[in-house]
Amino acid sequence: MTLTFIMVTLFIAGILSWVCENRWRGSAKWCALLVLTLLATVFCIFVVTANHNFESLTVLSRVSWIDTFNIEYSIGLDQLSIVLIALTWLLAIICVLVSWQEIKHKAGFYYFNLLATIAGIIGVFVAVDMFLFFFFWEVMLLPMTAIIAIWGHENRHFAALKFFIFTQVSSLLMLVAIIATGYFHLLQTGELSFYYLDWLSLNLPLSLSQYLMIGFFIAFAVKLPSVPVHSWLPDAHTQAPTAGSVLLAGVLLKTGAYGLIRFVIFLFPEASAQFAPIAATLAVVSIVYGAKMAFAQHDFKRLVAYSSISHMGFVMLALFAFNDIAFQGAIVTMIAHGLSSAALFSLAGMIYQRIHSRSLADMGGFWQSAPRMGGFALVFAGAAFGLPGLANFIGEFFSLIGAFQTLPIFAVIAAFGLIGSAIYGMVLFQTSFQGLAKQEIIDLAPRELMICSTLFLMLLVIGLYPSLLLKFSFGA
Amino acid sequence: MTAIPLFHVLVLSSLLFTIGFTGVVARKNTLFILMSLEVMLNAVGVAFIGAGSAWQQADGQVMFILILTLAAAEVAVGLALLIRMQKKYRSLDIDLLNKMKG
Amino acid sequence: MLLASLPFYPLISFILLIVFAKRLSWHVASFISVGAMAIAALVSMRLVLELSAMPDSVMTANLWHWFNLVTKQGSSDVNMSFYLDGLSAVMICVVTGIGFLIHLFAAAYMKDDANFTRFMAYMNLFIVAMLVLVLADNLVLLYLGWEGVGLCSFLLIGFWYHEKANVLAARKAFIVTRIGDTSMAIGLLLLFNSFGQLNIEALSSLLQQIGSSGTGFSTEQLNDIYWIALLLLGGAVGKSAQLPLQTWLPDAMAGPTPVSALIHAATMVTAGVYLIARMHHLFMFSPEVMTYVAWLGAITLLLAGFAALAQTDIKRVLAYSTMSQIGYMMLALGAGAWSAGVFHLMTHAFFKALLFLTAGAVILALHHQQDLFKMGGLLKKLPVESALFVVGLVCLMALPGTSGFFSKEAIIAQLWSSNTAGPALWWCAIIGAFITSIYSCRLFFLAFLGNKRYRTGLVVEKANLMRSALVVLAMLSLFGGLISLDLSQVFQSARASISFENEPSWLHSVAIATPFFGILFAWYYFKNYRLTKGQDDYVLSASTHSFAVFCRNGLGFDSLYKRLFILPYTWLAKLNRNDIVDKTLMSSAWYIGLWHDVMTMIQNGSLRWYLAAFGLSILVLVGVTIL
Repeated sequence: MTLTFIMVTLFIAGILSWVCENRWRGSAKWCALLVLTLLATVFCIFVVTANHNFESLTVLSRVSWIDTFNIEYSIGLDQLSIVLIALTWLLAIICVLVSWQEIKHKAGFYYFNLLATIAGIIGVFVAVDMFLFFFFWEVMLLPMTAIIAIWGHENRHFAALKFFIFTQVSSLLMLVAIIATGYFHLLQTGELSFYYLDWLSLNLPLSLSQYLMIGFFIAFAVKLPSVPVHSWLPDAHTQAPTAGSVLLAGVLLKTGAYGLIRFVIFLFPEASAQFAPIAATLAVVSIVYGAKMAFAQHDFKRLVAYSSISHMGFVMLALFAFNDIAFQGAIVTMIAHGLSSAALFSLAGMIYQRIHSRSLADMGGFWQSAPRMGGFALVFAGAAFGLPGLANFIGEFFSLIGAFQTLPIFAVIAAFGLIGSAIYGMVLFQTSFQGLAKQEIIDLAPRELMICSTLFLMLLVIGLYPSLLLKFSFGA
Repeated sequence: MTAIPLFHVLVLSSLLFTIGFTGVVARKNTLFILMSLEVMLNAVGVAFIGAGSAWQQADGQVMFILILTLAAAEVAVGLALLIRMQKKYRSLDIDLLNKMKG
Repeated sequence: MLLASLPFYPLISFILLIVFAKRLSWHVASFISVGAMAIAALVSMRLVLELSAMPDSVMTANLWHWFNLVTKQGSSDVNMSFYLDGLSAVMICVVTGIGFLIHLFAAAYMKDDANFTRFMAYMNLFIVAMLVLVLADNLVLLYLGWEGVGLCSFLLIGFWYHEKANVLAARKAFIVTRIGDTSMAIGLLLLFNSFGQLNIEALSSLLQQIGSSGTGFSTEQLNDIYWIALLLLGGAVGKSAQLPLQTWLPDAMAGPTPVSALIHAATMVTAGVYLIARMHHLFMFSPEVMTYVAWLGAITLLLAGFAALAQTDIKRVLAYSTMSQIGYMMLALGAGAWSAGVFHLMTHAFFKALLFLTAGAVILALHHQQDLFKMGGLLKKLPVESALFVVGLVCLMALPGTSGFFSKEAIIAQLWSSNTAGPALWWCAIIGAFITSIYSCRLFFLAFLGNKRYRTGLVVEKANLMRSALVVLAMLSLFGGLISLDLSQVFQSARASISFENEPSWLHSVAIATPFFGILFAWYYFKNYRLTKGQDDYVLSASTHSFAVFCRNGLGFDSLYKRLFILPYTWLAKLNRNDIVDKTLMSSAWYIGLWHDVMTMIQNGSLRWYLAAFGLSILVLVGVTIL
């Protein structure tokens, strides 16, 4: 009930801030911030006080929705989704904070879209009915496209369209897979069902399940993204406004990983085990290719975008290694990448506000005039190249050490990504903050300092005390 | 009097039709297009007459009368449009009317 | 408790300095940073005393649980815990002791720099990372320190980041060592996969247990050990600037001189040596890799010696000599002379810190002039510095009685009869010692004897802080050899590999005499460097012989790597900047766009075209029906 309340409230609050903005200029952001903080608190209280331990998927409410097709409105939580929702809350608040001064044009509608996207994302994480999942998957997509298309940078329409078409085409495959699986459920048990827990008990022959698995896999691989279907990401991330990039990199990519875990690996274990060599190859190619492409970029945000591809490759590799250590590694990498890429994109936004350029050629020597920003940039770049002591290291280390047990050669090649990441990390940090000062910029304002230090502390705490995350089983 | 074979009538009619069609496609002036249209209609009329006489039926002549009426009506509408066009565009060039271009 | 607190003194100082940054005056900042180091040094002394009183000479301290790795065989805990034994005790003494003296020097040396607090903060952070590295009880924590050291050295090399060259040097240092680190990381993966253990102590006892058990290691395990040792060696080679990853060290001299002393002489580069010594249980079971270590060390020490002979920059001479001395340590480790290697690590830290810092003082006096050919005749102008420099050089040459003598002789003595080394490597070491004394003499002649070749006046500062640090280091360099280093408990299992039976009696006399031959050779060969010529503005220039230039440029490794790795990588990156995969996918968009254009062209709004198309289609239809 509480979850439904949260999602509905997010929508209403979105409309509310739209209305408010029309009446009192500048009120939308306060409205959004207030609602997000309140709802995040509500969610935390709900999870802490709930008398479940959420070790396995706990269905919280189940109401019939479309009777003809036996589609239900059913939502539930487990530790995996709780952790991801917690990440969503944190990044949502950060999104509002980074848009604080950036968004002036049509601010009300902007916050409506932001809150709607967040509602969609939370819906994706809690949906237990597959049709509902698909519904939220689309809900999350549309306002995001609007955010890119309306408030993005110079090439925003193209990027938004590309983002939309890539995800839409891939989710079409998923829809087909969903309907097909529902239909096979009908054939096998005599009852049409889109209920996830029903599907878990479904026993399909491998020849059939591998095609269904592929359908889901492609949808999530596009979202993750993995080479060769990654190319929407650099454009979308680069063109989106700061908050859009933060949300995209921080959470939207995680929905792909979440889908891989829940609807590919848990649902079709045998088929995905058989598919593992291909998936691992794609993952390793993503890691190395992403790192190499990141090095070649001249655009701050584009560089970070390609580095995301490289990092998500670790997630995919770890997931298809099929062992506990790697699985934990994948989840820590997801969280860590959510934090570190959000941090780097926020930083890019802060620099953009000051110099109105994303090009690395226009940057240089900022450390002189903005030492705090430089320090944070170094730490976040360090997180990106897996500096031990920060969260990303734990994730990558676990992923690699787990993957090495089952896929040694892939793990070794993936480890070369560490060199690649050091190279692009150095390029990113050194060209923007070292060298001769091209211009002076203002150091971090208190609001920006708060964003950076929150993200930094999270990265540090997870890096030094990962038991916070690792103590959960995530239903493995 | 020897009867003209149907085949010859049909050859004449299709020749006339082709000439009319070519006129419609090739001329730019709307007036000439209308005239070519008349030629095409009359070509069909010739075919009907020929067919009617070949089968010794009145239907062919009935159809010809119908076509004649139709042609008259069509010319009336067509010329009216022509006058409107002349007023609006100061030209009878049919290619000016390409508002439907995709 | 004391052990657990050790890295936190410099850490607290680092945090204070970074947070308050420029709000701190020079006095406060230097008091905090140097004070923290003083406390750390005292604490390490205390720890060593406590340790020697302990029966098993091992202390541990557990800070907190980091994570554990659960596998099917069982679970392995990886904790934030420290482990102190004889080996790490030597290391913490060197790190904090030498570190303290260098901090003291740096506080005076960098006094006028605008970013003084930032500099001291980095130095402190570096000490933290190094302490974590040497105290780590598991390889993951060691890796944390390892990377931390890399990051700090990156920051310090690029400290004067306004200059492009420094930025590039910092990047090079970081990336080259990162290549080594990656090799080490893969080694860790393999290690965990084969033995399910990352804790150093548990691993060594596991290895011993398997090794001494009836069945011994299986072939598969031996193969794994071979690869693990080789991969860890890759890490050590990167950090310790040995072949083939040595190229970063000379460029790293771009940093301020105290940095060179601290990082690239006394501590960081010894991390690789420490790693191998720490993992000696593993290396022992792989004699092939031990031989590789020895040969790598030998080749590096010779090549670096040749390169040092041709340098014109005073700091680069010292950098190459560091490389070559670490070659000795590697040689010792490879030969199984573990204690001798670690002993040389310690004495080298003393005299190399002394040499670098004195060089720093000289450079400062000459208005940041580092070119040897623009110095000369400094003996009279800077007598104290010259004397200190001589002390350092004498130790470097290993003249009898100095600390360098004791440690280097200890290494050379064990080479001949080692199973994994042998006479060939012994000769390498002797030739290395010969070259060492030649380049040391050349350096001394160029800088301190001969004509005055600098234009500007000297800045002679009476900085007592700097002097006192230098004097203490000089004392240590001279008498540090008398410190009896008892590491037998650490390396007790490892002593069996060397037998002193079949070595000829002339070995020692040759080893002792070699440096003197070197001095004699240099005395005549570099005559014009040391003699004073009549005219006042005498110009001396470095040899332009192609071989000399080749040696000066680091024996061509830089350009080789540039051709082999850097250019292809950047070329590939540039070539594919627009992402070929993206272009392929977008070609489908282009295809759809093409159809769009075709369709638009058809829809041209011209009635006559429509009609023509209509007629044509009917014709075609009729034709098709008829046919």
